[in-house]
Amino acid sequence: MDEILEILEKDARITPEEIARMTKKKSAEVKKKIRQYEDGGVILKYKAVINRELVHARNEEVRALIEVNLVPQKDLGFDKVAERIYSFPEVSSCYLVSGTYDLLLIVRGRDIHTVSRFVSEKLSPMENVRGVVTHFMLKKYKEDGVILKQKEEDKRIAISY
Amino acid sequence: MKDYISKTVEKMKPSGIRAFFDLVLGMKDVISLGVGEPDFVTPWEIREAGITSLEQGFTSYTSNKGLLKLRLAIHNYLKNTFGISYSADDEILVTVGVSEGVDLALRAIMNPGDKILVPMPCYVSYGPMTELAGGIPVYIDTRRDDFKLTPQNLKKYIDPKVKGIIFNYPANPTGVSYTRKELEQLKKVLIGHKILCITDEIYCDLTYDFTHTAFPSLPGAKEYTLYLNGFSKSFAMTGWRVGYACGPRDLIAAMTKIHQYTIMCVPITSQMAACEGLHSGRQSVENMKREYRRRREFVVSQLNRIGLKCHMPHGAFYAFPSVRKTGMNGLEFAQKLLAEQKVAVVPGTAFGDEYTDNIRISYATAFEKLKEALLRMEAFVSKHRK
Repeated sequence: MDEILEILEKDARITPEEIARMTKKKSAEVKKKIRQYEDGGVILKYKAVINRELVHARNEEVRALIEVNLVPQKDLGFDKVAERIYSFPEVSSCYLVSGTYDLLLIVRGRDIHTVSRFVSEKLSPMENVRGVVTHFMLKKYKEDGVILKQKEEDKRIAISY
Repeated sequence: MKDYISKTVEKMKPSGIRAFFDLVLGMKDVISLGVGEPDFVTPWEIREAGITSLEQGFTSYTSNKGLLKLRLAIHNYLKNTFGISYSADDEILVTVGVSEGVDLALRAIMNPGDKILVPMPCYVSYGPMTELAGGIPVYIDTRRDDFKLTPQNLKKYIDPKVKGIIFNYPANPTGVSYTRKELEQLKKVLIGHKILCITDEIYCDLTYDFTHTAFPSLPGAKEYTLYLNGFSKSFAMTGWRVGYACGPRDLIAAMTKIHQYTIMCVPITSQMAACEGLHSGRQSVENMKREYRRRREFVVSQLNRIGLKCHMPHGAFYAFPSVRKTGMNGLEFAQKLLAEQKVAVVPGTAFGDEYTDNIRISYATAFEKLKEALLRMEAFVSKHRK
């Protein structure tokens, strides 16, 4: 993977000028590259990773992992059914997987009832959905390589040879 | 109590900047660019191996030389990476960090009056360890050659009393390293005079612009080399204290004699963890190296931009800029920078009395902190520029 992507994936707030200095490139060149990635859909979005455990907002949310068994459609496979499912705003992630079920969804809702309603009223009745298993998430430890813990202090002594 | 202290130890100079170090340690909220160890924690697979070994009850002594499986892993690593073959049986000794290796080597070879060449500036222990072993350190100033030892400079210091040389590359505190060709030239001079080469190659995995050449891998060099390395820097394992010495059988046997009486063996937990490092930790090493390299480019260009002249270090995680432009010496600079901007750096004099113009900056610090520290330094320099 291009070094620019690697750097931005770790910290999206690093500026093109800084990337240029880190990689010995011209900053105009880095800017151009980034624009190309954005236009080409390689870089889709820049966002913060939030540890929701520490956010005590009134509008908390619950998440569920949902296994979905599908009946594939002739000529279209799973793609068309998947699209109908992932287009619901409640679905935050959707993966086609191998194994005992077909789609793995991550669904978000205000509370357990909202998610249950989504499953029973929208997802399960769909024509090509053969069955669902819902797992409510209890605690998040690590997400996308980030361990969800408060920052640890540097344990090294501040100065040494 | 003073009467009880040995003359040799009493003569050893305490570090002149101890007071400054204490100042840093006593202060809160300092961004420290003064740390001589990686800012990564030991990769999990290595820590996990340490934990597992404890669970399984590996809590005993090991062979004096170190666990055979570790010596074999070291043998394989050196062979595959640098093309040198040391026998796990009698040419490899596992030590408590490179520090013990330095001590053992010097004690094993010194007779009173023998001289050891020490290119400067250098890691703090070489001179005092030489003296403690009864030898005389002969310091080679390298300022004129951008802190690089050159054959011409080296030749000036050689006389019949010179028994060995001890040098470190990539180097702490300068980041200087040597290409194969440069090492060849040094080797010719050194071996031509039958000088024992003690090479401390602890930063070998952190070489950025060319491939690291292990000194004993040069043709004809192996029998004149004592090769020192360890796990601290490559695997971010400083606190585990595992290093190793490789060299000619007789020398390793002599060092093992001292080691068996003083240390007995390196803690088994650390040895087991180190094994895992060599077996599976290479990817982590590569990732760390990439990150350091980016920081290096950033730090060095930034230092030069704000007027602190700095050569491009080829390895390790240090930059050694000159602060001369500010009219201050390294110690003053470090003290004022700490007081005014709460950024800690190490004065160059920590690594040799002559290096009053320089400071050592360690970029083993998270990028955000590094950035902030350099901004503060920029403000500081523009305020004080003469």
